[in-house]
Amino acid sequence: MAAVERKILTARMTQPGYSVRIEDYLAAGGYAALKKAMAMKPEAIRSEVTRSGLRGRGGAGFGTGLKWSLVDRKSGKPIYLICNADEAEPGTFKDRQIIHRDPHALIEGIVCASYANDVRTAYVYCRGEFAQGYKILLAAIEEARAKNFVGKNIFGSAYSLEIYVHRGAGAYICGEETGLIESLEGKRGYPRFKPPYFPAALGLWMCPTIVNNVETLANIPVIIQMGGAEFAHIGTPGNTGTRMVGVSGHVNKPGCYEVELGKITHGELINGLCGGVPGGRKVKAIIPGGSSAKSIRGDERFKGKKRDGTAYDWGWQDVPVDFDSLAMIGTMAGSGGVIVLDETADIPKAIANIAEFYAHESCGQCTPCREGSLWMAKALHRMTHGHGQKGDTDYLKSIADNIPGRTICPFGEACAWPVQSFVEKFRDDFVKLEK
Amino acid sequence: MPDNLTTPTPAAEMVNATINGIKVQAPKGANIIEAGERVGVFVPHYCYHKKLAISGICRMCLVEVGGPMRGPDDKPVLNPDGTPKIAMAPRLSIGCNTPVTEGMVIVTNSPAVKQAQNAVMEFFLINHPLDCPICDQAGECKLQEYSVEFGKDASRFREEKVHKPKQVDLGPRVMLDDERCILCSRCIRFMRDVAKDDCLGFVNRGSHTTLACWPGKKLAGNYSLNTVDLCPVGALTDKDFRFKMRVWFLKETKSICTSCATGCNTVIWSRENVVYRQTPRENDAVNQCWMCDAGRHNYKHINAASRLKKALVSGKEMGYADALKQLGPKLKAALADRASVAFVGSGRATNEELYLFSILAKGGVSDCVPRTWDGDNFLVNADRNPNGAGAKIFGVAAQPMGSKLTVIADGIKAGRIKTLIVHQEDVNRRGIGADLLAKLSLLVVVDFRPTETTKAAHFVLPGVTYAEKRGTFTNANGRVQRVWPAVSLGGEERSDWEIFRDLLRETGQPDRFGDIAALFADMAANVKPFAGLSLEKIGGGGVQISVT
Ligand SMILES: Cc1cc2nc3c(=O)[nH]c(=O)nc-3n(C[C@H](O)[C@H](O)[C@H](O)COP(=O)(O)O)c2cc1C
Ligand code: SF4
Ligand code: SF4
Ligand code: SF4
Ligand code: FES
Repeated sequence: MAAVERKILTARMTQPGYSVRIEDYLAAGGYAALKKAMAMKPEAIRSEVTRSGLRGRGGAGFGTGLKWSLVDRKSGKPIYLICNADEAEPGTFKDRQIIHRDPHALIEGIVCASYANDVRTAYVYCRGEFAQGYKILLAAIEEARAKNFVGKNIFGSAYSLEIYVHRGAGAYICGEETGLIESLEGKRGYPRFKPPYFPAALGLWMCPTIVNNVETLANIPVIIQMGGAEFAHIGTPGNTGTRMVGVSGHVNKPGCYEVELGKITHGELINGLCGGVPGGRKVKAIIPGGSSAKSIRGDERFKGKKRDGTAYDWGWQDVPVDFDSLAMIGTMAGSGGVIVLDETADIPKAIANIAEFYAHESCGQCTPCREGSLWMAKALHRMTHGHGQKGDTDYLKSIADNIPGRTICPFGEACAWPVQSFVEKFRDDFVKLEK
Repeated sequence: MPDNLTTPTPAAEMVNATINGIKVQAPKGANIIEAGERVGVFVPHYCYHKKLAISGICRMCLVEVGGPMRGPDDKPVLNPDGTPKIAMAPRLSIGCNTPVTEGMVIVTNSPAVKQAQNAVMEFFLINHPLDCPICDQAGECKLQEYSVEFGKDASRFREEKVHKPKQVDLGPRVMLDDERCILCSRCIRFMRDVAKDDCLGFVNRGSHTTLACWPGKKLAGNYSLNTVDLCPVGALTDKDFRFKMRVWFLKETKSICTSCATGCNTVIWSRENVVYRQTPRENDAVNQCWMCDAGRHNYKHINAASRLKKALVSGKEMGYADALKQLGPKLKAALADRASVAFVGSGRATNEELYLFSILAKGGVSDCVPRTWDGDNFLVNADRNPNGAGAKIFGVAAQPMGSKLTVIADGIKAGRIKTLIVHQEDVNRRGIGADLLAKLSLLVVVDFRPTETTKAAHFVLPGVTYAEKRGTFTNANGRVQRVWPAVSLGGEERSDWEIFRDLLRETGQPDRFGDIAALFADMAANVKPFAGLSLEKIGGGGVQISVT
């Protein structure tokens, strides 16, 4: 069967002539979900979201219904919703599709999620580099306000919501939810330690806060419209709905594809939807979930038993695109950015580039990440510039091994995993650089 | 109490845990570092400081933590021998931000913990200059200490180090070397939360993170030097002390600051009878771990070249014993007519000195010199006399202090007062000028330095500073605190209480004050607020008395 997209979130934006104007969104049935939601009790919406099985699209794949259920609703303090639109993970470019091409889908999602959680003030933390997206969002919010979808007494009800868009200043770490919150409070984007600063209890201004990814929120109107149970039929159990996957690197048709989770393999994605690798060359490595994800080797075999007991024996082509399958083979679906490297790729140079990114983006608070990220980048720079020394491969790996599990935020893992996995899986490429 | 001084917490509920198999009881809420301290298990730490907000950033305090397992019925799961089954957390936890809970099992010496400590130390050291021989912190550097205990013996770093600004002038009293800074943020948190002067912060990111003053700000407040104490490394240095003396040559003597009525507890650092610096000593009842910059740097008078090291008789130097022999009969004769004798004691004197002074002054008019400055809402008391409370208790000061100085001046002017005994005050600057002093038939001054008043004196007996004697001070809150001799000038000067003891003896009083302990005992027996006290009981931390 030829691989096909399942366009739900991207259905409108891919229609010829569709624009970001609210008229186009309304003509396509937009804001009907909000209308329906406003007739429901907030807790009923929350149960629908739980029933839908929706998992967060920001990186960790945390159940959205579960996240909402953890919010402290008894604190007497306001509850805030933050839409994480900082999308800065290398290889990831899905949220920007929604922001740039269908912003009202996001706004409707924010209003629905806010109503469902008793939120009166919501923030969109917009990646600093999204100058255009920022303007589009502001304009769209004004359009929605003019129609009374945002602002005071939405749809004439007693419910009011204000949405503020905050533009970041270009720091990747401000995508990490607690770093984001600090930044939104006007401070340096330093992630907070957990416990005790779990956003659900002590988030923005020390108030209960929900942080959700753009794509996660854009799914909320879909769930409200079709009902949680119906939504759960899309995709596979435990991996429901679709996912917008950004494929880049050595493929003939790079781009953002919306696929049903678990219903399509990486082979179908890369060789089918993306038209394969240029020149028919072989895949050398795949980074399946944004640059933080551990890589997959082109000739690697994965064997084991699924949770239901059935055995699997996969090459990369056979691995389904979903959260659990990628976790099963020791990597992750992460931010939904798939980077393909073919046999012409210089692996040490590729990882040197990634390491340089992390060294530049470490917030610098905690010692292992602050020092380790730059150390790895320097070692890789030296190795890839003709100054490799005996033992460099193990040296590099041991630096990476000393970071994860010891830091304040998951950036520690994010910067170490790619190095660990590249060195483990392509050891010879690194040893070759030792002199 | 201002909110930057924490109130002593009431006795807390205790929880039971084990650290490295050792049983420990700790107050609920105490963290693993504090619990470890109770049983002698040291958990290395840089960013954690018990008086500062937790930041959890250095990652030096990683430990293994486990707790009793609970079954699906929420009942504890037991081992076959009936002990609770322990589930260890898969990741290491930071000791500074992990409160000890009932049944917690803490391991700080496992291979996993040691490997983590070793790795964190290595991360700290790769970009550190490692030029300890030319660093002022050498000898009291936590990076040096931990690196010996927890680090590797050689560096395997093959790259170029990160370079940052050296010799950054942060303010009038503090210098920064950014390359030595380990980015623990203690100084930032102190200035922001304790000194309430948010002037420091980090700029740049990652390994290029650099400590700096915010634009337009300086590290200039009166508490800036506490950041130097807090800094675990040689990044922050006190301009007054830096590169003057290696710390391992210095002797530490407990003391208190005598620059105001707070009496911050201190340590005097000296070598060969020269004081090099003073640093705060922890006392939660007084100053926690802090002191003000003004008090800290107020020690230059101790080793001043102008110090009096001999007695002066009519301006001529003389041995102490000879001077005393000459003074004795004159003073005795003068004291026979008490109404013609006035006394100016000192709010800077010790309780023991004030006690003897009060005996000497009995029946005569007596007062002290008030001394005020701007207090703040934190440590600095508006009263600059370190023992105004004592002067009041012993009746040496008039009520209010200083109100009788004009009476004394008028008495001298009118010729009623012919003898004046002055302790450690330059009365010339307090309304009893040279013209009046010249009218006196006997002016006796006990002081450690020359003043206009000593110049006019018939007899000057050389006393000492607080850094050279034993004794106690009573602070503004009625806390009695001790000082000890840190240095000695080696001249003829002596502790002021010895001088007053000698004067009492020479003027015919029973000689009952053999040494400072005997003197204190006598004082405790005769002066109610000190009843039941002894120097031993006061110890290093002081004792609260009732001064009302
Ligand atoms: C270093 C780092 C960067 C991150 N960047 C983003 C980001 O750009 N966008 C995002 O949605 N989530 C990002 N996350 C994940 C967020 O912390 C958070 O889990 C997510 O926004 C939650 O949304 P979700 O539950 O809808 O997935 C990042 C996490 C880390 C550790
Ligand atoms: S892990 Fe890195 S990015 Fe995260 S808090 Fe620590 S230094 Fe900052
Ligand atoms: S200067 Fe010292 S106290 Fe301040 S952050 Fe650096 S190491 Fe810590
Ligand atoms: S507050 Fe007073 S006692 Fe404390 S250091 Fe300053 S001057 Fe000395
Ligand atoms: S002492 Fe720094 S992290 Fe615990």
